[in-house]
Amino acid sequence: MIETKKLRKSFHNGNVETEILKGIDFHVGRGEFVAIMGRSGAGKSTLMYQMSLLDEPTSGEVIINGGHNAAKMSNDEKTLFRLTRLGYVFQDYALIPELNALENVALPLLMQDIPWKKAYTQAEEALKRVGLETHMGQLPSQLSGGEQQRVSISRAIAHKPDILFADEPTANLDNESSRIILEIFQELHKAGQTIIMVTHEPEYGKMAQKIVHLDDGMITGVTRN
Amino acid sequence: MAVRQIKRSSKWTTGLIIAVMILTSLNLIVVSGILVGLIQGAIDAVRTHYTSDVIISTLKNKSYIENSPEVMSVIDKIPEIEGVTARYLKGGTLEANYKTRVKETDKPNTAAGTIVGIDPTAEDKITDLSKFVVEGSYLDANDYDQVLIGSFLVKKYLPIESPGFSALDNIEPGTKIRINIGDIQREVTVKGIVKSKVDEISLRVFMVDSQFRSIIGRNDYNVSEIAAKLKPGTNPEVVRDALKRNGVDTVAKVQTYTDAQPKFIKDLVATFALLGNMISSIGLVVASITIFIVIFINAITRRKFIGILKGIGINGKAIEISYVFQSIFYALIGSVIGIVIVYALLQPFIAAHPINFPFSDGILVAPVSGTLARIALLIFTTIVAGYIPARMIVRKNTLDSILGRK
Repeated sequence: MIETKKLRKSFHNGNVETEILKGIDFHVGRGEFVAIMGRSGAGKSTLMYQMSLLDEPTSGEVIINGGHNAAKMSNDEKTLFRLTRLGYVFQDYALIPELNALENVALPLLMQDIPWKKAYTQAEEALKRVGLETHMGQLPSQLSGGEQQRVSISRAIAHKPDILFADEPTANLDNESSRIILEIFQELHKAGQTIIMVTHEPEYGKMAQKIVHLDDGMITGVTRN
Repeated sequence: MAVRQIKRSSKWTTGLIIAVMILTSLNLIVVSGILVGLIQGAIDAVRTHYTSDVIISTLKNKSYIENSPEVMSVIDKIPEIEGVTARYLKGGTLEANYKTRVKETDKPNTAAGTIVGIDPTAEDKITDLSKFVVEGSYLDANDYDQVLIGSFLVKKYLPIESPGFSALDNIEPGTKIRINIGDIQREVTVKGIVKSKVDEISLRVFMVDSQFRSIIGRNDYNVSEIAAKLKPGTNPEVVRDALKRNGVDTVAKVQTYTDAQPKFIKDLVATFALLGNMISSIGLVVASITIFIVIFINAITRRKFIGILKGIGINGKAIEISYVFQSIFYALIGSVIGIVIVYALLQPFIAAHPINFPFSDGILVAPVSGTLARIALLIFTTIVAGYIPARMIVRKNTLDSILGRK
């Protein structure tokens, strides 16, 4: 489904070069639910940004679905690929404050030129999947943190992406809300969704099918649950 | 998204931006409109109260139009002409204290002006002369030895002490004055004083044409000026050309009211229009900066969301367009309200109550084509002013925007 080959990422601060990812070889199969774990600064999020085409590695390759090599894609192609094939759940929900829950979910669908009615039907279905059928008309400011994250998940899955990326999706949530979010991920996984989640909470990592341990920019081990 | 942003943004902010756009559109239309209208008011007044639509006057070096009765008969045959007023003109002086001046060295109370013989009824029909009587009353066809005197010849209306210019002091209706035309002297009574912003009225002395003819010994009915009023909708150039075709231009100068305008008036109109545009352009710059700041602040405070939108695959162009749409919305709403204010309120109001400038009754000149061009300029400017900051923010690295990195 997605694999990285000798993936490296460095940042420059003046003349000082800091290598965050030191040649990651990594593979996630179709339908897998993988948690990337590690201490702060281990490079978890940086790895996810490279894999999800939000950033460009210093060297190495990201290959999605066997044929799409990120290094060979233009910026516009990456943007379109992210819109149609990938889904994102961010730590701080990242909803558009002026749009209500339904509009937030429908927006990426409309941008894919899906007809208005069909896009809204799909958005409604996605919100129903996360139990927010009664909150569709509410603005993000009228929703709790957990509800906002569920809207964010709905937005990420509404177009049935190949891979769902989640960057610390429970970091800003209380235990109960976090549990609900993870349960949603598990249900999506059962339905065949490929999920790659970054977390530093061992408890939530255990809910994934596979845990990739990262330390100092290198994979130090893979655990299967 | 842009619609939602506008709908759900602060009503005060939206109101303020639209208010700036309204003021800018008014500035664009009204400032130059008033400046041009200041001159246009004077031009209109000269047309309405002096030249009318077509003016026939003497050729150079002639003091009257030869064969005036024949010219009048030509005029009578042109159906587009609604009416005419013929004027006999002679330069002369006026003297007020000729009875009380004891010594030769006493300062004479005199003024120089043009004495005009008119048919009071025809003149009033064509130029509304009676409207300008500020003291006394208008002439009657049967008046004898009675004159209307222009206010610029009366000191209390034009208190200027200039070596080359003098006006009559202590003049009011009923005062007897002496008119000197060449060697001819005539004592007349001031029946009224006429005051107008049209110099050709305020610098003249009017008396009934029949008596004037007898004073100057003009028995051939040759006049010096004929002002012709046309039927509504008639192009003055058509009538001018018809008069020329009938040979009137061999004995007189035939001009439309625009032909009769001195070149400096045309230059003045162009100058004021340019001046108005220059002043308006300052407003345009202010509006552009306002929109730039509003969109820039909006975009920079939403940089993270813009990054997220790009992150989830929304094309940067679509985000830029949403900001441009907002700019167009503000400019369009402001302009429409501005146009309504101009055409529904200001223009009719100023037309009914002209601005009292010292030398003209100023109107608001706002031709639709000019207004639309200015509004198009405003909208174009705001599009650019909205696009630039949006582009600046959208171009930033997606991940840096999402993570709030500089």
